[in-house]
Amino acid sequence: MNTDSRTVEVRGLSKAFGENHVLRGVDFSVSKGEVVVVMGPSGSGKTTLLRSLNFLEMPDAGTVTVCGIDVECAGSSKPSREHQKRIRAIRQRTAMVFQSFNLFAHRTALENVMEGPVSVKGVPRAQALERAMHLLTQVGLAAKADEYPGRLSGGQKQRVAIARALAMDPEVILFDEPTSALDPALREDVLNVMRDVAKLGMTMLIVTHEVRFARDVADRVVFMDGGVVAEDTTPQAFFGEGSSPRVRQFLHLIET
Amino acid sequence: MTELFMRSLPLLRSAVLMTIFLGLTSFVLGSTLGLLVALARVSSMGVLRALAFAYVSIFRGTPLLVQILLIYFGLPRYGLTLDPVPAALLALTMFSAAYLSENFRSGINAVDKGQWEAAMSLGMGYWKAMLRVILPQGLRIAIPPVGSRLIALIKDTSLASTITVVELTRVADQVGASTFRYMEMFLMVGIIYWGINQILTIVQTVLENRLSRRFV
Repeated sequence: MNTDSRTVEVRGLSKAFGENHVLRGVDFSVSKGEVVVVMGPSGSGKTTLLRSLNFLEMPDAGTVTVCGIDVECAGSSKPSREHQKRIRAIRQRTAMVFQSFNLFAHRTALENVMEGPVSVKGVPRAQALERAMHLLTQVGLAAKADEYPGRLSGGQKQRVAIARALAMDPEVILFDEPTSALDPALREDVLNVMRDVAKLGMTMLIVTHEVRFARDVADRVVFMDGGVVAEDTTPQAFFGEGSSPRVRQFLHLIET
Repeated sequence: MTELFMRSLPLLRSAVLMTIFLGLTSFVLGSTLGLLVALARVSSMGVLRALAFAYVSIFRGTPLLVQILLIYFGLPRYGLTLDPVPAALLALTMFSAAYLSENFRSGINAVDKGQWEAAMSLGMGYWKAMLRVILPQGLRIAIPPVGSRLIALIKDTSLASTITVVELTRVADQVGASTFRYMEMFLMVGIIYWGINQILTIVQTVLENRLSRRFV
């Protein structure tokens, strides 16, 4: 077990899809309680990096250590039993919020939030229900508890998804462009919920293009470019006058 | 026609029951087997996938009539003698399982892969994700083609008449032969088949509406 305060640590992470080398030796870490925003042009490997942390993508090489559990990556060949066990342990201690929400379509909002605790962690139903109701209230959707996802707006779905993530009591939440699929008008509701989560001291790793959010909430900004971490700095430095030409070019692009 | 109908009513009544019994029983058994075959088809184990593929290929690729005759007349040579009804049930089950497995498989594959990812990211294993997240949605998607399969199966039971099972078609044939009124008899059972299938269509539509009102 890792005794330091690193919740996520990645060394030499590489991943290629065919000829396309998306990650080319990424080194990077997140400490407990930190809010880290990952930015970068599309195709720079941000999402792949995030999805490698809970092994929705199997990296080709490198080491991933999450919550003190380390996994040596060896490509998409079938992972050994020991590997699979570790991967599941990591997944149970992390949570992910997806760009396309991915709420369980056959379950109500409330059931979506209860699903993980009940079926994965074995929490008694009554207890899970009470907690789920509490979390839905926290994200402002107590009134929608019994609606199916098909009847919720995008912003509402994403808030339910955040409640579902919180219900697992994760040590870190991975956000994969949580507002990219939303109308600008609905984004702020989701970002506000994320601000609240950050205030509670949750460790968060967020791939996003939301500059204002990153400036206000992030402890660090990681800039990915060409499959490597090109910058790893404070929001003040990243968005300030002294940032590199590549960063300024990128920021110019997303702010227009 | 009415007096002929009244005269053959006792025979028709038991024949309808036999037709429905054959159709529904082989549908239930075939669905169960078909679901297992579908799960094997989408499994990550190559051997299971190959076996399931071979099963579907054989039982979907040969005529049901040949399968029925093979089981009833062929198997006794190897010491396996089945009565007409079990033989027909076995053939109908194996045959429908092949088709139904394809319906279930396409339903499973139609579930958005984001549903898998969400389940996995919560730490579910393959089977938990399959049973709690993927199958409930995949089976719903499969309702229309599975309903069509049940209707086809009701009609396919008529082939059991060739191995002396007394169901609708055989009764029509027998009464037709003894009265020389084939036209009226086959018209009569044709209408009965149609009526059974209309009822099943209504059941399917109600089921579909009820489930789709709940989500998406």
